[in-house]
Amino acid sequence: MFGRDEKISPLRLTAVQYIILGIFLILAYGLWRLQVVQSEFYASLAEKNRIRNVPILAPRGKILDREGRIIVDNYPSFTALLLRDSSRDLVADADLIAQGLHLDAKEVKDRIRHFAGSPQYQPIYLKDDITPDELAFIEAHRNELPELDTIMAHRRLYPRNGFMAHVIGYVGEVSEEMLNQPQFELYSPGDVVGKSGVELEYNQILVGRNGFRRAVVNSRGQEVGRLDETPAAAGRQLKLTVDLDLQIAAEQALEGRYGAIVAMNPRNGEILAMVSRPTFDPNDFAIRVSRDRWTKLINDEEHPLLNKAIQAQLAPGSTFKIIMATAGLEEGIAQDLHVICNGGATFYGRYFKCWVTAEHRTHGAVDISKGIYQSCDVFFYTLAEKLGIERIAKYATEFGLGQKTGIDLPQEVTGVMPSEEWKIRNFKQKWYAGETISVGIGQGAVAVTPIQLARAIGGVASGGVLVRPHITNPADVPANIVPASNVPDTVKIPIDPKNWEIITDAMANVPTPLGTANSAHLQGVDFAGKTGSAQTVSNALKAKTANGKSKFKDNAWFVGVTPRRNPEIVVAVLFEGGEHGQFAARIAAQVVKAYVEKQRRQPTKIAKDKPKVEIGAVWNDADEDGSGDDELHAGRFLIDLPKERLPLALAAPGVH
Amino acid sequence: MARYVSFRDFDWLLFLFVLVICVLGVTEIRSATVHTKFAGAHMKQVYWVVGGIAAMFLISLVNYQAMLERVHWIYIAAVGSLVAVLVFGQKYLGARRWIKMPGNGHFQPSEWVKLILILAVAKYFADLQERELSWSDCIKAGAMVGLPMLMVLAQPDLGTALTYLPIAVMGLFLGGLSARQALTVLLLVGLAMPLAWHGLKPYQRDRLTSFMEPEADRQGSGYQVIQSLIAVGSGGIWGSSAGSQTHLSFLPVPQTDFIFAAFAEEHGFVGALGVMLLYFIVLMRLTQNAQTAPDRAGTFLVMGVVAVLSFHVLVNIGMVVGFMPVTGIPLPLMSYGGSSVLFMFLALGIVMNVRMRRFVN
Repeated sequence: MFGRDEKISPLRLTAVQYIILGIFLILAYGLWRLQVVQSEFYASLAEKNRIRNVPILAPRGKILDREGRIIVDNYPSFTALLLRDSSRDLVADADLIAQGLHLDAKEVKDRIRHFAGSPQYQPIYLKDDITPDELAFIEAHRNELPELDTIMAHRRLYPRNGFMAHVIGYVGEVSEEMLNQPQFELYSPGDVVGKSGVELEYNQILVGRNGFRRAVVNSRGQEVGRLDETPAAAGRQLKLTVDLDLQIAAEQALEGRYGAIVAMNPRNGEILAMVSRPTFDPNDFAIRVSRDRWTKLINDEEHPLLNKAIQAQLAPGSTFKIIMATAGLEEGIAQDLHVICNGGATFYGRYFKCWVTAEHRTHGAVDISKGIYQSCDVFFYTLAEKLGIERIAKYATEFGLGQKTGIDLPQEVTGVMPSEEWKIRNFKQKWYAGETISVGIGQGAVAVTPIQLARAIGGVASGGVLVRPHITNPADVPANIVPASNVPDTVKIPIDPKNWEIITDAMANVPTPLGTANSAHLQGVDFAGKTGSAQTVSNALKAKTANGKSKFKDNAWFVGVTPRRNPEIVVAVLFEGGEHGQFAARIAAQVVKAYVEKQRRQPTKIAKDKPKVEIGAVWNDADEDGSGDDELHAGRFLIDLPKERLPLALAAPGVH
Repeated sequence: MARYVSFRDFDWLLFLFVLVICVLGVTEIRSATVHTKFAGAHMKQVYWVVGGIAAMFLISLVNYQAMLERVHWIYIAAVGSLVAVLVFGQKYLGARRWIKMPGNGHFQPSEWVKLILILAVAKYFADLQERELSWSDCIKAGAMVGLPMLMVLAQPDLGTALTYLPIAVMGLFLGGLSARQALTVLLLVGLAMPLAWHGLKPYQRDRLTSFMEPEADRQGSGYQVIQSLIAVGSGGIWGSSAGSQTHLSFLPVPQTDFIFAAFAEEHGFVGALGVMLLYFIVLMRLTQNAQTAPDRAGTFLVMGVVAVLSFHVLVNIGMVVGFMPVTGIPLPLMSYGGSSVLFMFLALGIVMNVRMRRFVN
């Protein structure tokens, strides 16, 4: 059996040895590459595997009014969790849990079962934004229900019912498009940023810097150790120029109606109040708004998300006559212009009506003053014809119509001031002289925003000084954050003092029995202004459409100032569908009244012997059963302080 | 037939190196499982090693010639057991690989079949006595290995089926396969590839594709490859004392298929290269035993063992460094697993068997 065998080729045996050696060398090379050449790369990947950065969210800065009263704050929002890595029978506890957290027991059980297949370290998120009593329930049942836990995140708390919603704006998760913009370069998906209004415009100030906690994790994501921690830096608070008292008055004045109100100080451009209706509740948006809600808001025909104060471009109606008057007087035409108003006049072969015919009377003899306080259309048709569109456009543009006012809120629109050049550029057609006639009374192609009107007419009343409206004080905002604007802070337009007097005195007659807004009269206040009633569609269209008269109601405008010259405040009101400027005037009067009353209440002397601390607050009255009314009250308290001791909390709002 | 078999001819040097590898394996298993639910696995491995050593001594006593004479029956028994698995086998993890034994044990035939194949192939080629192979010889050899391979494939167990291949290849190569025949076979295999791909199950295809491109499915099939690379790479030259990837369970199942990755992480390039050197020495020593075998059959036997051992080692290490797809082939003597350890020691027993009889004539 062990006889002579045919030998196996020794060559082949050796070949096998060398082949094995060769493959070993190749593998050794592979090892070399991983462990010597690329070792650092893999070491860092190993680190990445095992170290996780858990962000510590920074609270956003508060938003205050001009007196330091808090408008927007953060609140700690707790989410209830169900931990699953213990041996407890969760389904058995589900009834008690559901009761304490006001959930449906069956739903809780279903969710527990649904999660049965997931890794144990993953908790179930039971309920967002739990109420204090639910939080108390969890705390009180730490022994019986150890599987319940909470995590806290800061959420934005906005005033209820859409108070100041358009000015403040809302926050949300940064979107992909925003991430591509240069100012959002350093943000990552999931970060919360301002999406509109002040929250967006001053996001850089308001946003804090997130801290992070470095934790060691294993492959299942469980934290097994803790390293260092970088604390979060809270956002800075932002003070607005808005006066909460005035804002409340304005919001109440416009309640139940659609439109906008802008109250501004024409001496420095500070916005004292800004309202837009209809409104929305920014609390709904929280971090993420539901798709249904968003679609509903976007598709709502009344555009609740639109800040009409700066984004509604509408025909100004008779308020435009102030601009016309300025142009006419400065050009030396209006002073000596006298017309007879019989209810209308013919220009270029067309009959143009004066609104006074609706009251079955005529204006009779009209000069520039009467033309203003009685708002006679015929006078201004005539003036328009004499001035021509180019001169009208020149003055209107000088006063800022057809351009942005430069206010520091996002997405302001420019409105439209037509001219020959404008018509050719946009419609490739010649301007017809007949179109100038409608422009004369603020109809036709003219479109303005309430803020533009406030600025322009406030400027006229100030003797030709136009300011740039702003909602924060440059003094309160760090230099490099102030958003850039092309509009200069002050623009001076020369107006002859005599003309200035004529216009402002005529305006002062408007809220009197002589004028078109008698019902807006304010006793003891030098209140002046101009009404406007703007058609939204042509009479012909109204006649053609069913319900044309009720569907396409005229918009009511009013721009008022006090005092009449160098005013402290200008209030522009747009009352959509209000039909008569008078009604807008009454709204404006409410705001002006609130302003004047507040001014008169200012303490002019502070007792010298006893130091007092002034604290401002915002609250709403709650009934006995705990239900709050929707009316916000704001007030100031003067509190006596003993001379010996200073308050610890020196930074109470309102203390300077 | 006078035999004077002495344990002095036992290859103690080889045994020493094998033991060192086993010890390294046990310590690494312990280190890798100490905080996991597999803790204590290293003790089981120790029992397997001890049992394996005993089996090795036992089998080295039986004259291999006697075994070879009866190889036909043993082969039929092997095939029979594979049939039994296919028919009666227990399904576990989607594969039928075990037969339940009375008394709560499992019996996985495919490892035994490997051993038997080594014997059968050795006998077949030893009997041929030609310098060159004829085509019919090739085909017969192919069928002899191919039949059990297909049966294992049907379980399905691609990994184990592939380990039968080196036995056939080694046998053919040493038996005198000509270059032309080799090329023809390769060509046929190449043509059969698409068919084979079609026959692969999705997870098997996943394994192959994720080997090509582990990043494509980081959390799924590419995960093991990526984690292995990270573990090995972060070991650096001297090893990472934290051994974080293994200890924090980023490296999946480190005590079995990826034991080498765990070892490489903890002991670095120096340690890993050392282990490779040990395996290389073992293989060379085995080859030397083949060269000094008393007869053709002996040589074929030992080289069959060399084929299987080197295949396992090279495929496993290749997988760990990312040169090969994840296959589920354990690292012999180091990976945790009773059947693998047992098989290796039995195979070594056969080698000892041959060596101890080299002076017998």
